Amino acid sequence: MSGARVAHIASNTFREAVRDRVLYNLIAFAVLMSGAAILVGQISIGIERLVVINLGLTAVSLFGLVIAIFIGIGLVSKEIDKRTLYTVLSRPVRRWEFIVGKFFGLVGTLAVNTFFMALGVFGALLWVSHGFQLADGWVLVALYFIILQFLIITALALLFSSFSSPLLSAVFAFALFVIGSFAEDLRGFAAMAQGAVHWLAAGVAYLVPNFSSLNVVSSVAHGQPISAQLVFSNTLYALLYTAMAVSGAVLIFERRNLK
Amino acid sequence: MKPSRTVTVTAGAVLVLCMMASALVLRHLDRMRTRTRLQEVLYISSPKVLRRLSLGYDGLLADIYWTRAVQYFGGKHFIGARNYDLLAPLLEITTGLDPHLTVAYEFGANFLAPQPPEGAGMPQRAIQLAEYGIRNNPDDWRLYYSLGFICYMELHDYPRAASAFARGAEVPGAHPFLRIMAAQMAEHGGDLRMAQMLWVTTYQSAQDQNVRANAVAHLRALQVDADVTNLEHLVAVYHQNTGHLPSSFADLQAAGLLNAIPIDPLGQAYKLMPDGRIEVPAPDDLPFIQKGLPSGYKPPPPKFLPSD
Repeated sequence: MSGARVAHIASNTFREAVRDRVLYNLIAFAVLMSGAAILVGQISIGIERLVVINLGLTAVSLFGLVIAIFIGIGLVSKEIDKRTLYTVLSRPVRRWEFIVGKFFGLVGTLAVNTFFMALGVFGALLWVSHGFQLADGWVLVALYFIILQFLIITALALLFSSFSSPLLSAVFAFALFVIGSFAEDLRGFAAMAQGAVHWLAAGVAYLVPNFSSLNVVSSVAHGQPISAQLVFSNTLYALLYTAMAVSGAVLIFERRNLK
Repeated sequence: MKPSRTVTVTAGAVLVLCMMASALVLRHLDRMRTRTRLQEVLYISSPKVLRRLSLGYDGLLADIYWTRAVQYFGGKHFIGARNYDLLAPLLEITTGLDPHLTVAYEFGANFLAPQPPEGAGMPQRAIQLAEYGIRNNPDDWRLYYSLGFICYMELHDYPRAASAFARGAEVPGAHPFLRIMAAQMAEHGGDLRMAQMLWVTTYQSAQDQNVRANAVAHLRALQVDADVTNLEHLVAVYHQNTGHLPSSFADLQAAGLLNAIPIDPLGQAYKLMPDGRIEVPAPDDLPFIQKGLPSGYKPPPPKFLPSD
């Protein structure tokens, strides 16, 4: 069954990431959060809670982004370099199952990592606020959006990894993250442009991933609610974009000459 | 010793020595570069550019800039500086990056408004900052209060202060004092009761210990100024009645002008000077007082008592 084979590859990818000490970043995160929770009150005024949320969610996002890119780019190339890919594909495993399994394995690693980091954020929040407020619930929505970001960036890293070298894949994935953070500006530029430039800019703006709508860190730090419509639209967008990128990776990998 | 152990020990020793030496060289470099040169630099002054560079993490960057503004103000205030050139740009960047960071408007405006060395001496910039904060956060009554406070304390613009308090009083959940302040300001702005009410509201609405201590210090100063005015008036009455100045407060008591030896808000007795002036015994512990100071007295930077 395809599902079982995908699950096996995903669990092996997760175990490999744990063996590679990827989760060690949690130690750095714990130090960062404890330091922020204790020190900010002494060097600033009135922003202890804000800093814990802003710093915590930014760190969750950036740590996960780095893991997604640097592990994602090696998912395929490492297997080719170590020649383990040939062992896997000589068994009754299809190429698309290998790609999809790798994707879910890395997403699972990132989800576990995010879960522990979220515990750290809420622990620090409890420390500085001496209790939780109703508005702290929106932090969970921001964390969910961060996981949606990871889905997209992992899929992109995998896409680039399926045809390019690790170094170039990292550059491409990071460049797309930066461009995706400016996606709304790109759309604004497209709206102002005329003729062919308008169509070109609009095309690029809709092709690059839109990370800006997935970033609600500042809003939740101020306890501002996130609409259910935004949650639904972002979920749908992230799933569609991820499916598109993973499909691209499968298409390229299916045609790739592995000899 | 095995060769591998020799290498470990040597490398470890070199690591520790180099680390210590680099720290020493860095200290030397810090001494070579002046504090002013290190502080008075703002490499990027545009909030828009910084917002772009933050890649969406503008909330964290705003927190960093706010902390930098607090540290800048605190450092300058501590040495009694007369100019705070970077304060306004730092606050503009902070609030540009995060327009909902209300703490930056509240405190920032109160850093900008007072005359040096208490603040930057920029009341108009403070008012601009508070108005910008109100435009972005119209439901926060504290920002209207800050605006009214600055208009009253720094500009003595009572109609404008009354208008700010009245606008703030309309916000749901506003402190009830705001409506009273608006009415009293319109009626008779500038009296002691008004100033006391403002500082009491500041004390009640603030969470930060330093702000509350500052409010307590100002309330004490207002009390001292009122006490000294009253006591000097009694001395003048005694002089008018007897033709000579009282030698102690006991004379005023004997004349029926005082019930007890007057004490300042710290619990220490006021001093009656031979020339009839009233002085506080420990002016250093009563920052912001205008009256009761020894002649030629130079105040140190304000400090708050541990008990505050």
